[in-house]
Amino acid sequence: MSESRNAILGKLRAGRDAHPLTPPESDFAVLRNKRWDGAERLERIKRMMEAVHTEFLETTEADWPADVQAFLTAQGTRNLLFGPATEVGARLSSAWTDGGPELIPYADRVETFKERLFDGIDAGITTTLGAIADTGSLIVWPTPEEPRLMSLVPHMHLALLRADALYDTFWQAMTENRWADGMPTNALLISGPSKTADIEQTLAYGVHGPKRLVVVIVR
Amino acid sequence: MGESSINFAKASSAALQDQQLRGNFRRAMDGLMSKRAVQFADTAEWNGVRALGASVRLRALSKLPELLEKLEANCTRNGIQVHWAATTDEANAIVLSIMQRVNAKLVVKGKSMVSEEMHLNAFLEKRGIECLESDLGEYIVQLDEAMPSHIIMPAIHMNTKQIAHLFKQKIKEAEYTEDVAQLTDLARRVLRKKFATADVGVSGVNMAVAETGTLCLVENEGNGRMSTTVPPVHIAVMGLEKVVEKLEDVPPVISLLTRSATAQPITTYVNMISSPRKEGEKDGPDEIHLVILDNGRSGIYADEELRNTLRCIRCGACMNHCPVYTKVGGHAYQAPYPGPIGSILMPQVEGLEKRGELPHACTMCNACVEICPVKIPIVEIMGRLRSEAVHPGDAVRGAGSHASKAEAMVWKGWSMTYASPLAYQFATALLAKLGNAAPTSLPLLKEWTNVRTKPRFANRTLHALAREKGIPDV
Repeated sequence: MSESRNAILGKLRAGRDAHPLTPPESDFAVLRNKRWDGAERLERIKRMMEAVHTEFLETTEADWPADVQAFLTAQGTRNLLFGPATEVGARLSSAWTDGGPELIPYADRVETFKERLFDGIDAGITTTLGAIADTGSLIVWPTPEEPRLMSLVPHMHLALLRADALYDTFWQAMTENRWADGMPTNALLISGPSKTADIEQTLAYGVHGPKRLVVVIVR
Repeated sequence: MGESSINFAKASSAALQDQQLRGNFRRAMDGLMSKRAVQFADTAEWNGVRALGASVRLRALSKLPELLEKLEANCTRNGIQVHWAATTDEANAIVLSIMQRVNAKLVVKGKSMVSEEMHLNAFLEKRGIECLESDLGEYIVQLDEAMPSHIIMPAIHMNTKQIAHLFKQKIKEAEYTEDVAQLTDLARRVLRKKFATADVGVSGVNMAVAETGTLCLVENEGNGRMSTTVPPVHIAVMGLEKVVEKLEDVPPVISLLTRSATAQPITTYVNMISSPRKEGEKDGPDEIHLVILDNGRSGIYADEELRNTLRCIRCGACMNHCPVYTKVGGHAYQAPYPGPIGSILMPQVEGLEKRGELPHACTMCNACVEICPVKIPIVEIMGRLRSEAVHPGDAVRGAGSHASKAEAMVWKGWSMTYASPLAYQFATALLAKLGNAAPTSLPLLKEWTNVRTKPRFANRTLHALAREKGIPDV
C-alpha cells in the first residue's frame, strides 16, 4: 500500500509547506519544578496509591522473602508465579519454606501453560524500577526473565519496590535514565489494581487485570 | 446508519424528552466537571502544563510528514510493521488481509475510537470474524447493539439497572443483579476466556513516539494490556495526527489527558509498546502491525485554521462541559465523535453535506475552549464551518452544500438596510407599525418563535424618540 503512503505524505507536505507552522517553545519547567523531599516522596506514593486500593507491605532486604510468604499464607493464596532466573527469584525460592503457597516458575513460553495461567494462578511477583511521587505509579519493565503477563493475569500482583528508587515525576524518570536511547519491548506504569467506572461511574476493582496490587517496600 | 437518517435536530429533540437519559447524563457530567476542577485547582500548574501540552501537539503538527516517516522508520527497525490507509475502506482491507493470513476467527479489541470511525466490528463480522469489545463500557454497548455515547465512557447513557437487565438478557450464565462489583466480575469471567483464546488483538493508540517507535496506550481496566499482549498478533490503528516527536513529550500529554478525561492523576496502566516478542521473550505478540489512517485528515491539515482540529488528544472534556452535549447526550449526534470536538471533526471528515448541521449544535458559549487541555479554538472553527457550509469553496468537502437562496436574500436585505439611512428608517418605521401584527407562524420567524416568545416591537422607533428630545439624526 505504498501508493497511499506516498499520497498521504505528499498531501501533508504540500499542506504544511503552503502554510508552515511555528510552534511555541516547549517549556518543561512545570515538570522540572515538581519536587518532593526524600521522605515526602514515599509518603505521597503511598497516599496516592492507597486512594486507588493499592496495599503496602513494609519489609527489609533480609526479611522480604519470609514476609511475602507469611503475607500470602495469611491471605490463603494457593500459589505464586515468579521468575526463576532473576536474582529475586533465586532469593525467593531458596528462602521459601515448606507449607507455603506453591511457587510456580514462569520458565517457558506462555503457550505452554496459557490455560493454567488464566485459570489457576492466584498471585504473581515482579520487581520494579522504582516509583513516581507525582502520580503514585510503579515503573515496570518486563524482561525475558520476568515476562509481561506476570503483572497482569494473576488475581494478585506483588511488586517489589526498593525504598530508595523513587522519582518525582514520570518525566524525571525517563530523562534521567535516558529511556529514549533504547526502549524495551514493553514499558509500563502501574498505579493500582485494575479498575473500571464504566457502570454508572461506580468504581469497581479487578475488571480484567489484577484485583489486588500489593507493593512490597524493601528498605 | 443510513445517511438519510442523520438528523441532529430530530434526534436531539427526542433525547430531550427522555427523562431517564437526561438524568443519567446530568449525574455523570456534573461529577466529571467537579472532579476535573479539583485536578487542575493549581492555576499556575494548569497554565504551565497546558501551554506545554499545546506546544507538544503544535510542534508535532509543524513536522507532521517528517515525524510520520521517522515513526515508520523506527517502528520498522523495532519489528513493528507499518501500513498506510488513505480511507477507512483501505484500513479495513488492511486489517482483514492480516486476519485472513493468520486465519483469525476471534478478535479481542481494546478501546479504539479510530476503529469506531472505521466501523471495523461490523465490517469483520460480515466476513465471519467475531470481534469482541473488551473495554467494559464498549462491551456493554456492543451487547446492546448500540454506539458509544461518549468517547471515554461509552456506556454513560445507561444506568446500573439498565445494564443489569442487559446482562441478564444477553449473557448465558448471568444472574440478575444490580451490584456493580458482581456485574463487573461477570464481565471479567466472560472476557478472560476470550483473551486466552483470541487470535488477534486490536487496539487504538493514544500517542505514537517518532523518536523511539513506541505506541502509548492509557487505560484502567487491563483489557488494553490483555489485547496487546496475549493474542499472537496485535494490530494497532491510529489517526495520523497521533504522533509526537520525542519520548519526553509523552508525560505532559498523558497528564493532561487523564486528568481532563476522568479526573485521575494517571490511569491505572500506561502501556508503552516498542516491539513484538523478541528472541527469548516468553510472551507478547509475535507480530505487531500499525495502521496509520488518513480519512480526510490530510485535507484538514492543509488549512491553517482547521488544522488545529488535529491537536486533539481525545480526552472528551469538551463533551463533559458542553451545555448542548450534556443535555442531549452522545447518540443524538449519530457519529463516532460527539460533542464539540465531534461537531468540528465529523463535518471535516465526512463532509458538510452529511454533517453540516453539527457546527450549529453549539451555543458558542466557549466552555469547551476554556477547558481544552491543548487549547483548540473549537468555537472559532465552529463558526468557520458554519460559513463554509453556505459558501462554495474547496477547504472542506461539501462546502456550500447548505447554501439557501432565502437565507442569502435575508442577509443581503439586512446589509442593504443597514447601509442606507433611508432604507433603515423606512424598515424600522414599518416594523413599529406592523411588526406586532405579524403572525408567529410566518416562515423563518417560526423557527425562532416555536420555542421562544416573539419580541414586542415598540410602537415608535428609537430615532423618533431621540428626535423628540431634540437629538438630530446624523
